Amino acid sequence: MSFATCLRCRECGREYALGPFHVCEFCFGPVEVAYDYDAIKKVVSRERIAAGPASLFRYKDFLPVEAETAVDIGAGYTPLIRAKNLGKALGLNNLYLKNDTMNPSWSFKDRVVAIASSRAREMGFTKLACASTGNLANSVSAHAAAAGMEAVVFIPDDLESGKVIGSSIYGPTLVKVRGNYDAVNRLCAELVSVHEEWAFVNVNIRPYYAEGSKTLGFEVAEQLGWRAPDHCVVPIASGSLFVKIRKGLEEFAKVGLIDAPRTRMSGAQATGCSPVATAWEEGSMNFRPQKPKTIAKSLAIGNPADGYYALCQLRDTKGGCGNVSDPEIVAGMKLLAETEGIFAETAGGVTVASLKQLAERGTIDPDESVVAFLTGAGFKTLEAVAEALDPALVIDPTVESFTAAYASYRSLEAAH
Amino acid sequence: MAINVRVPQPLRGLTGNLSIVPGAGGTLGECITHLEANHPGMRARILDDAGDIRRFVNLYINGEDVRFMEGLASPLKDGDEISIVPAVAGG
Repeated sequence: MSFATCLRCRECGREYALGPFHVCEFCFGPVEVAYDYDAIKKVVSRERIAAGPASLFRYKDFLPVEAETAVDIGAGYTPLIRAKNLGKALGLNNLYLKNDTMNPSWSFKDRVVAIASSRAREMGFTKLACASTGNLANSVSAHAAAAGMEAVVFIPDDLESGKVIGSSIYGPTLVKVRGNYDAVNRLCAELVSVHEEWAFVNVNIRPYYAEGSKTLGFEVAEQLGWRAPDHCVVPIASGSLFVKIRKGLEEFAKVGLIDAPRTRMSGAQATGCSPVATAWEEGSMNFRPQKPKTIAKSLAIGNPADGYYALCQLRDTKGGCGNVSDPEIVAGMKLLAETEGIFAETAGGVTVASLKQLAERGTIDPDESVVAFLTGAGFKTLEAVAEALDPALVIDPTVESFTAAYASYRSLEAAH
Repeated sequence: MAINVRVPQPLRGLTGNLSIVPGAGGTLGECITHLEANHPGMRARILDDAGDIRRFVNLYINGEDVRFMEGLASPLKDGDEISIVPAVAGG
């Protein structure tokens, strides 16, 4: 049984039934799922969670779906790694990486789609749709396939091939829209009125969808031994993930699973799409939309729907916001791979480069426990790094050929 | 002057369930005043108490976000299409 009670407007507090609505009919503010926390507190315990499945459905008491009928392809419960090598390189003595590249469709989007697809099916929808920068389309396509639902996914027409094929393999109707993500998003916001019988996971199902991101906060707290970290560094696209991770920590505290979090929340953006970072630097709570131009396409949302809430959270938790260039993103991807053996996509490069920037600025204390969130796998964005890497040695199948090539490679290395 | 305004689902209670209604005015701001006259209550849904575009409302003229233009002062011409679109999260 779900403990969700209603949908509530974050702006004006008006309440609605638990249906497929995403905006307050009065003020257009986003609506959010409300829960009966007293009832949750009565049943939940660390033991009950630990005995649950090795997926995000171990936190079913905090989710707006019936776990028994959920679409579970194994999203969530990804590794939290103590990153000593990267920490040493950045001067951070207590650094952890939440490796969400290890999800069924290789990004954290499986968390939100696991909830959105489950709830959509409960409400009787047979078709899943989304506006996506790529990862979401991959995940919607995968979950729809497993759930026996149809998928219609909309993406910008300039995505990396890994993200395109990473959707089409599951057999959705894949729609490339001539334009950037904000254009795709606007189209889907209009299409939802035309096709009310479709579940657009990040439009009319958004309140449920967004709840999936909380599970990253739950997992980190559980994996740290039932405590909140001192500091989180999270990539910001729409801002939803950034806000929901802390909501997860707060909910755990609300029902007594952990102490009240004092976690500072810092963001990570690419300079080529930095509406939140720019507003933060200018001391403004109103961001200006941007036209994105960055290799970090999964973060290329120029008009972030939760940008305002992201700025509020930066202010309220005394965080900071990384603002990093494309070359820094590539360097971040390489540094992560070379120190920790993790190949993350461009968004991971943004996060690692921001981690470096925030550590250098002193925003992150060297001894704080810091968790950086790696949200997608590197094979999705091969194009972004291919040219920045050393080429292979090409040889004849002889010992002599190898010896000569290896010696020449070693002397080049030494010259660097 | 023929200007069309595309109305999203949450506002169709004010338009008799019409998804497109006619607009008028030399600027976007004037058009909203015109919409309010025909569909009372519309203005308060789009603009806040200070008269600015609400934080979670996006307005487009021919697909272009008016925040990249002149906001409510953005000029309108014959044949323009205005879209009112709630903000959407995603990625």
